[in-house]
Amino acid sequence: MAEPVLAVRNLVKRFGGLVATDDLTLEVRPGELHALIGPNGAGKTTAIGQICGEIAPDSGSIRFDGADITGLSFAQRVRRGLSRTFQIVQLLDDDTALENVSLAVQAAEGHSFRFWRNARLDRRLTDRARALLAQVGLPEERARVRASDLSHGERKQLELAIALAPGPKLLLLDEPMAGLGAAESLRMTEVLRALKGRIPMLLVEHDMDAVFALADRVSVLVYGRCIASGLPEAIRADPAVREAYLTEEDGH
Amino acid sequence: MRERIVLAALLAAAVALPWIAEALGTPATVGVATRIAIYAIAAASLNLILGYGGLVSFGHAAYFGLGGYTVGILWEHFRLNEPFLGIIPGTAELLVTFPAAILVGGLAAAAIGALSLRTSGVQFIMITLAFAQMVYFLFVSLAVYGGDDGLMIRRPNAFLGLNLRDPATMYWLSLAVLVFWLWLMGRVVRSRFGRVLEGVRQSERRMAAIGISTYPYKLAAFAIAGAACAAAGALWANYARFVSPDMMHWTKSGELMIMVILGGLGTLLGPVLGAAALVGLEYTLSGITEHWQFVLGPILVAIVLFARKGLMSLFGRWGPGNG
Repeated sequence: MAEPVLAVRNLVKRFGGLVATDDLTLEVRPGELHALIGPNGAGKTTAIGQICGEIAPDSGSIRFDGADITGLSFAQRVRRGLSRTFQIVQLLDDDTALENVSLAVQAAEGHSFRFWRNARLDRRLTDRARALLAQVGLPEERARVRASDLSHGERKQLELAIALAPGPKLLLLDEPMAGLGAAESLRMTEVLRALKGRIPMLLVEHDMDAVFALADRVSVLVYGRCIASGLPEAIRADPAVREAYLTEEDGH
Repeated sequence: MRERIVLAALLAAAVALPWIAEALGTPATVGVATRIAIYAIAAASLNLILGYGGLVSFGHAAYFGLGGYTVGILWEHFRLNEPFLGIIPGTAELLVTFPAAILVGGLAAAAIGALSLRTSGVQFIMITLAFAQMVYFLFVSLAVYGGDDGLMIRRPNAFLGLNLRDPATMYWLSLAVLVFWLWLMGRVVRSRFGRVLEGVRQSERRMAAIGISTYPYKLAAFAIAGAACAAAGALWANYARFVSPDMMHWTKSGELMIMVILGGLGTLLGPVLGAAALVGLEYTLSGITEHWQFVLGPILVAIVLFARKGLMSLFGRWGPGNG
């Protein structure tokens, strides 16, 4: 089997007495969409934080694209092709949707110590940014709207377009469906389905319809520990998973 | 198009000011206008990091003072005819002292910024203030250059045969530097570098998430701002023919911040308006009462409360981003 794109080995993170990540081992293989599920407080966001480099693990290692990246900063990991979206959208709110994506395209093109040309009129940046917005399904007429004036669903789409700008080798998606209405959620599922196979993805999601519609493999996180990992059907049938997670979800 | 016409008209009026003042019989106006132009350069330089980059530097007057002292110290060694540190000959040529001041300001800002920018938030505000106070007390204790009393510059620098002692000439020189700096800044803030800087102000986390390590960009902006502020200080030394540690006192840093916030953060012309308002108010109010700051305070509070982009919001669509 080909080497995994992302290999998390024996990751541990403690916050005081709380073990948020407990000996977590996880792999994302080339081309697959790997879903990471688990009840609230299972440590999914903490795990994503360590994989992207915002949180330093206490021990364990992270290999990405054939190299150990455990010691690299968030920005350095992004430059190596590890891109993420946030559970709570992080955008440049004073800038338009197009400017948000253009800046990400600019960042992917190399250093920005260029002081002279007007970046907003640079077709190399804006053309690519428009293409990315189209790819995530944000309508053309919304490109010139300030990020803070976009709807929640549009902001989620915009953040995905930004994450795609560097041409990532892996996408970390932290609850892309959170807070979306049924129609928006369906649209996001379709966008991700279109990306599937081209870019490997690690998807953290509570929306089980989306998870089972999209995932090639599923890992289940409970109290910071991975209790099961496998094909969606196997996960759905696993008694330990039903015990820890799915039954609780049904109870709502 | 209409903006360009109005800007051209404003510039023409600014250029014609010394003649207008003479016609109206108020020659003192030229001196006030010179002060406004010089402070506008300093405030605009602070605006680059404060307004566009969101870096609240509370020690910006240090570079104003360093620029002034560069002119003052070079003059002093020229006068005494003994080289600075035994190697650098003194000079009274603006074509030498002005670039020297810019260099000194840029290098000092690079050094101070390199350390300060490792922090953020309140720590950053305090550490920039602390560095500025260090520079302030260094010059207070430098008895060779007058210490507390400062340094007289008997003759303004020579510059292409112009007489900088003539108020109108000094004014036009300051205005030219101001216009050049605003033009330069207008390009920089719209460039790729400027886009990164505006991103830094809005969300450091977002910048990391698109793969930008922000430190080198913040440091470059900090050094550019310091260099430009030192240029303003060099002009001040020639205008006042006097430099003293007061130029870098922390209240001066506060005044520069007030000018930027009053005029409009992150707008091109805001700091000019802010400088004009503050110097103008000080000039008129101090003529009425010696407690003029008592009147100034509430005016500042009102503007900060009611106008998010300062005085620039009075100009509607020329406000943020279009100035």
